Amino acid sequence: MARVVVDVMLKPEILDPQGQAVQRALPRLGFEGIADVRQGKRFELEVEGPVDDAALARIREMAETFLANTVIEDFTVRVDGSGS
Amino acid sequence: MTRIGVVTFPGTLDDRDTQRAVRVAGAEAVPLWHRDKDLKQVDAVVLPGGFSYGDYLRAGAISRFSPVMETVIEQARGGMPVLGICNGFQVLTESHLLPGAMLRNESLHFVCREQKLRVENAGTAWTADYSAGQEIHIPLKNIDGRYTADERTLDMLEAEGRVAFRYLDVNPNGSQRDIAGITNEAGNVVGLMPHPEHAVEPLIGTAGTDGLGFFTSILKKLVAA
Repeated sequence: MARVVVDVMLKPEILDPQGQAVQRALPRLGFEGIADVRQGKRFELEVEGPVDDAALARIREMAETFLANTVIEDFTVRVDGSGS
Repeated sequence: MTRIGVVTFPGTLDDRDTQRAVRVAGAEAVPLWHRDKDLKQVDAVVLPGGFSYGDYLRAGAISRFSPVMETVIEQARGGMPVLGICNGFQVLTESHLLPGAMLRNESLHFVCREQKLRVENAGTAWTADYSAGQEIHIPLKNIDGRYTADERTLDMLEAEGRVAFRYLDVNPNGSQRDIAGITNEAGNVVGLMPHPEHAVEPLIGTAGTDGLGFFTSILKKLVAA
């Protein structure tokens, strides 16, 4: 089965306090040099049948209506080539 | 008797308190189940607080597609009064019945406090028993309460008087422009993060009965209609 990955991230202009909390914790743990952290969500979809343009269009529709809230989030859809 | 529906999703917490508030105001509370498209001929619907579907994906995101919401969304667009409290407000923004979205509190803490609010719009179906500018105390408890919208939407809400409630003294969650609650253009759909159903009896807390006005407002409107 083919895997399609949907990444959902807060839009750049939206404040991400969770990412900030992670970024602030890094120097304390000895990880220097990270100027900013943004936290997002990754969905891995195991697709039955071929991942053609029609299937990808349906997945984009799914991301638009459900996986992401496009008021506050952007998403990207890509076929994961590293799978079996 | 005026019938006000109160929806229960899996993970809803405040449905019983909301039903009680409806009864205290003098209406009949009708329990509605998330899997049931039938609204049992209620005159208005309240979406209560809690963590429906565990807040999985985003708060309110899964509830928004439940069978009961199909009917609620359709009838709200037709003018039926709907009040969303806390998680119910999140369901209303996810449903696009109200603009904007709710995000994790700026402090990242769960906030539980007695919150001072100013009623900015006393012209909605749910706020007519208040006066514009009135200050009220309502309990607040949430972690995803940061109201967020783009600047154009915020300006539109301000210009059209659709900011229904604003936080006073303290902005508990980092909401833009101190917004605690908003209304749709027609004034039949209102959402807010604080919990008026927890402030309908003098026995409980310093908030007293400041929340009762939501339920008496809608009752008077429906009786007059």
